[in-house]
Amino acid sequence: MSDLNVMTAAEMAATKAAVMDQVPGPEIQGQSPLHHADLDSLAKVGPKQGGVHLREHKLLGHLTLRLNPENDDQLAAAERVLGVALPLQPLTSVESGSYSVRWMSPDEWLILVPGLEAFDVESKFRDEMGGHYSLVNSSGGSTVLELSGPDVVELLKRCTSIDLHPKLFPVGKVVSTVFAKSSAIIRRTGEHSFELVIRRSFSDYIWLWLQETSREFGLVVKA
Amino acid sequence: MFHIYCPHCAEYREEEEFHAAGQAHIARPLDPEACSDKEWGEYMFFRKNPRGIHHELWVHAAGCRKFFNITRDTQSYEIKEVYKIGEKPSVVAE
Ligand SMILES: [Zn+2]
Repeated sequence: MSDLNVMTAAEMAATKAAVMDQVPGPEIQGQSPLHHADLDSLAKVGPKQGGVHLREHKLLGHLTLRLNPENDDQLAAAERVLGVALPLQPLTSVESGSYSVRWMSPDEWLILVPGLEAFDVESKFRDEMGGHYSLVNSSGGSTVLELSGPDVVELLKRCTSIDLHPKLFPVGKVVSTVFAKSSAIIRRTGEHSFELVIRRSFSDYIWLWLQETSREFGLVVKA
Repeated sequence: MFHIYCPHCAEYREEEEFHAAGQAHIARPLDPEACSDKEWGEYMFFRKNPRGIHHELWVHAAGCRKFFNITRDTQSYEIKEVYKIGEKPSVVAE
């Protein structure tokens, strides 16, 4: 049996996956799973002061990459595409311009890119990388919330059992965990700011949960 | 509640992130066709239920979603060690 990770250029070309551009053009208006909440209007008319700030980063490109972390050729190919090496340390993340890469498991990374670039980035991976790997555009499956403000840690303590002390949860750390009985990928982006990647089917529930849970701090929706 | 060390995430997490997946180290018969009903039935259905040291398969379901093994004392509930798939336990019953 041939080793999928040791292939000639011709063998690599033959393994090229069928790719399809799932990204509608900019002329089609996309709707996030929180479209019905109309966060833009809430940002205009809602409170301007409060302990927790929420902003949705909607319609980003979400790419799930899986490969063997011991395959140096594939790691190098990923670095050529992303402009930064994949984080190999557990629970870490890296950013490169408008791209961000999260360690999800020893052989899995979640890459977020601007929504309209998802297919370009995917195509670059197909061109650069050979052998046995998987790249899936999962953009439609999740959305991203940015939570910040002076009380954001207090809010998150009410949602997850993860220890958020800066010593144990420094900027850049990323965990996939239980969040308000649903799940979330939580990444610290600053002392008082976090990014949550949440499932689209749970986004309304989490939006309702966050409104309820942040009541004591005051919630400011930002556009 | 267990506080479980995930060997892939390399940190302790709450039990609610994990699922137990039964007894560890159950080898699938290499030639199922050649198994007697008794051998196949024992592979499929029969599990240990020891008082004391037990090797278990767990999955970090809400985290990295990887499987790994735990050696646990079923009497005290103490987790003796955690080790990756393919590794051998160092704590075993006498
Ligand atoms: Zn884990």
